[in-house]
Amino acid sequence: MLSQKKNKKGLFIALAACVAVLALVVVLENTLTPTGMLFTVLRKSAVYALVVVSMNLLNGFTGLFSLGQAGFMLLGAYTYAILTVPVDKKATVYYLYGGTAVKFSLTDVFQGIFGSTGVGGGIALILTVLVALILAGCVAALFAWLIGLPVLRLKSDYLAIATLGFAEIIRAIFQWDALGPITNGANMIKSFPGYSDFNIDLGGGNTFYLSTFVPFLLSMVCIGIIVLLINSSYGRAFKSIREDEIAAEAMGVNLSKHKMLSFCISSFFAGVGGAMFAMLTNMAQARVYTSVMTYELLLIVVLGGIGSISGSCIATFLYVAASEWWLRGLDAGEFLGIKSPLFRTGFRMVVFSVIIMVVVLFFRQGLMGDKELPDLFKRRKKQEVAK
Amino acid sequence: MKWNKMLALALSGALSLSLLTACGGGTSSDPGSGSSSGDKVIKIGVFEPSTGDSASGGKKEMLGMQYANYETPTVEVGGETYTVELVTADNASSTDKALTAASSLVSAGVSLVLGSYGSGVSIAAGPTFQQAGIPAIGVTCTNPNVTIDNDYYFRICFLDPFQGTVLANFAAEKFGAKKAYLLGELGNEYDQGLITFFEQAFTAAGGTVIKDSYPTNNSDFTTYLTKAKNENVDVIFTPVSIAYATQIISQASTLGLEIPILGSDTLDDNKVLEAASGTNVPLYVSTFYQEGGAPEFDTGIKEYINNNADAKTANGGDDTIAAVTAMGYDAYYVALEAIKAAGSTDPGAIQQALWNVTYEGVSGAIAFDDENGDAIRDTAYIKVSDNNGAWNLETVQTVQ
Amino acid sequence: MDPVKFLPFLLSGISVGGQYALIAVGYTMVYGILRLINFAHGDVFMVAGLMMIYISASLPLYVAIPLVLVLTVGLGFLIERVAYKPLRTAPRMSVMISAIGVSYLLQNTATYVTGGQPMNYPTLPFISQSVSVAGSQVTWVTILTPFLVLALVVLLVMLINKTKVGMAMRAVAKDFETSQLMGIKINSVISMTFIIGSALAAVGSMLYFTNYPYITPTAGAMPGLKAFVAAVFGGIGSIPGAVIGAFIIGICENIIKGLPFAGATTFVDAFSFALLIIILVVKPTGLFGEKATDKV
Repeated sequence: MLSQKKNKKGLFIALAACVAVLALVVVLENTLTPTGMLFTVLRKSAVYALVVVSMNLLNGFTGLFSLGQAGFMLLGAYTYAILTVPVDKKATVYYLYGGTAVKFSLTDVFQGIFGSTGVGGGIALILTVLVALILAGCVAALFAWLIGLPVLRLKSDYLAIATLGFAEIIRAIFQWDALGPITNGANMIKSFPGYSDFNIDLGGGNTFYLSTFVPFLLSMVCIGIIVLLINSSYGRAFKSIREDEIAAEAMGVNLSKHKMLSFCISSFFAGVGGAMFAMLTNMAQARVYTSVMTYELLLIVVLGGIGSISGSCIATFLYVAASEWWLRGLDAGEFLGIKSPLFRTGFRMVVFSVIIMVVVLFFRQGLMGDKELPDLFKRRKKQEVAK
Repeated sequence: MKWNKMLALALSGALSLSLLTACGGGTSSDPGSGSSSGDKVIKIGVFEPSTGDSASGGKKEMLGMQYANYETPTVEVGGETYTVELVTADNASSTDKALTAASSLVSAGVSLVLGSYGSGVSIAAGPTFQQAGIPAIGVTCTNPNVTIDNDYYFRICFLDPFQGTVLANFAAEKFGAKKAYLLGELGNEYDQGLITFFEQAFTAAGGTVIKDSYPTNNSDFTTYLTKAKNENVDVIFTPVSIAYATQIISQASTLGLEIPILGSDTLDDNKVLEAASGTNVPLYVSTFYQEGGAPEFDTGIKEYINNNADAKTANGGDDTIAAVTAMGYDAYYVALEAIKAAGSTDPGAIQQALWNVTYEGVSGAIAFDDENGDAIRDTAYIKVSDNNGAWNLETVQTVQ
Repeated sequence: MDPVKFLPFLLSGISVGGQYALIAVGYTMVYGILRLINFAHGDVFMVAGLMMIYISASLPLYVAIPLVLVLTVGLGFLIERVAYKPLRTAPRMSVMISAIGVSYLLQNTATYVTGGQPMNYPTLPFISQSVSVAGSQVTWVTILTPFLVLALVVLLVMLINKTKVGMAMRAVAKDFETSQLMGIKINSVISMTFIIGSALAAVGSMLYFTNYPYITPTAGAMPGLKAFVAAVFGGIGSIPGAVIGAFIIGICENIIKGLPFAGATTFVDAFSFALLIIILVVKPTGLFGEKATDKV
């Protein structure tokens, strides 16, 4: 549809916008309180955005209704955590099991090569995190492939229920006491590298904060890869499957191959997102990754618009900020200066769920429908030209 | 289509606007800056669950703090009188909501945090408080991992290894128990931690155990209890959240079970008492405080609860004093002691001062050890339900 | 296992299965007609329980029980009209999301109303009482549940097979568009489905919460999901299938809980889901489902 030239221009603008956002994040974080609510919400949004986009790839672009996202996040989170807890912390973390069966740690491996302080320490940290994140994604993708073999033959809600069930099974396995030396049973795994480890100590009590920049960067790179994929011939094949499976097959799209591909890629990024979520919360614990989390992600996909990447990103921020930040006053008795005895514990979530229902019922297309952010401006230009 | 665009634009407008306002808000409530010390208000964060599995306990703990705040609403800092303002944040009993709840307290510019009921949420929020440099006083989070590797997390209660041992010893001494059935929620570190500590102490004394877990949101416990009965166990140890404990007790009563049920500090709650009343279930719990331990506090808080409809609802509809309420009350006063000792509202100074704070609370003497900032405590109260809506003190257990 | 010791597990399995069955029928009927997994159904079940608590606090039971039934039916009807009807032409995913939204709303409202405290269900006369069967104590409700369920299901099957409404339901389930063309009032048939489903859920909630008398806002989630598994297991769209599926799931679950291996109880829920996946993959129509072309 678009000419090559326009495409390049669009790419350039998108890149420039990303760099601008990243720069803004760094500047904001180093001028404001970096532990404040704004940054927690931003970090959480960055992580969630990746998972939501990965879910949108599967549900929105390929039309495969999967509810296993939390399960893949769990796999990613645990892979990351198990591989990166420093060896000397393992005894404390796995205190109920008298240490762990995993005797090595990526953190120590890379620190052994590059040293643990200064620039070498920084390189070691970056490599540790990158390698662990990629492995986290790979483990999730591997499981996706295994589970995909039987269940991808199923259609719509049946696939949804099968993947939901799979996520629940995974959770039970990770909570199983017998696997304690590896998964730490019911206890959380902690003490692994998180975002705040990326802050650079400048000495003299000054710190250069990067703890919000890092999740933004990681998330942007991953989402960028997904966008490139969607705009490639694979992406077009995915969309054709969504529109009409039979027609797609007739046009020579290998259904099972492309479905599997989409499922594995989506799970890969869900796994990376899970690992990033573990970095955000500084812990990995199976009970967090419940079906409730998957529903939450699905709601964001719908709010943002099924089939819109930028919609997913904006909706993620709005969702996280509204549910955990802006509406908090509704719980505490005072909201926007209004005091009411109605405003007590739990009212925030009631109002929030009403908002969701309104969007689901009356703004069925979600925030963006299947449009992307640039499309909005494009159309306006066209209209102006028409005038 | 038009709607979409308008909605999108409106929302993105709201987004950028909120970012701007947030920036403004962020700077004005900077906790470290001197600006907050001029207006003579010191903020204490209350990090407690008021929704979710532990809501019942969280609300009661908060009640103790609110009563203490009502009793002593001001504190002397460096010769000036400051009004203490409690800022609450609901962590929803969930480890993933704990993070944002903790951040909201940091953003509100609190000097110190109290809570939480439930260890998981405290562990999850620990790094946030640590990075923000704000000290937190754990009130009844008993899992060892709360304070390990975190100089900013203190706690005023005993720890699970201690509690597990106390209960295991009690089971052996009181009932001559040789075989125990341990039941906890799958994937809940509090339950599973205590069960492991109980198991360690119990098997070390020559007993055997059968361990089971039930999945989250389970409500059918008859099968588990029947299993315990079939195995002829001497005691059932079930350190679970209040919502599950009530089910377990009422179902044990239906089954006509007369095996003693041992619970941990979470079971010391009037919802649990309500479930036990009118039954024949022998129910024992270990806890931090027994009503009657400090008569002045008892009468004071009962009056407060009875004169305040909200407080009464929070307390579950009657005026039975839960141990967590007493602990919340003590935590507030420990916080005031620390603020006084620091002579400043600066979180860093308060953190330094906390290490040496000692306080004679209604639940006993409170002091912190030098290693992790854990309370030095060697006493647990064991209470038995009279199955008529009240607790009786069974014994006071200590472990060397 | 010793049969006398085994009996209580079986009894409680049958009882739980019966309660699942009453919820599963609601799922299977709605799915049969709308092809919608009504995620909010489990929460309707929970709300029915909560309503009972609040209503019986001020009114005598003989008023409260019918009132709860009527209100639950009203709630089911309202949910369908407000949340599903406007989405009749929307993609199936949107309707399912709407169902998730309703479930979210009901749970959050319940949290708000109860203040997050577990609520004590009132004791119903007679059925709450314990009775001794082969040396173990069970409540009357445990014994009565399977019979009550069977009676209700027989009634329901008769309704579907013998009455005009039932015929319309079958027609709509078979072919939505054609039946509309034939002059069947689709909306009233769908409403009827929700009304029956909710009424059964209300009865189910009375039986269930009499046995497990504390209600939390998430109390409906697990029974709801299990009932759905049962409905798929039995062959979704088939009422006898859902009932038999529910009994099988209930009994298996309780036997697993009773197994004398360490760690077996970890996999109680996982087992149900594993069973579900196996059934879906091996025999997607379930035990008694009719052959449909759009499942695989």
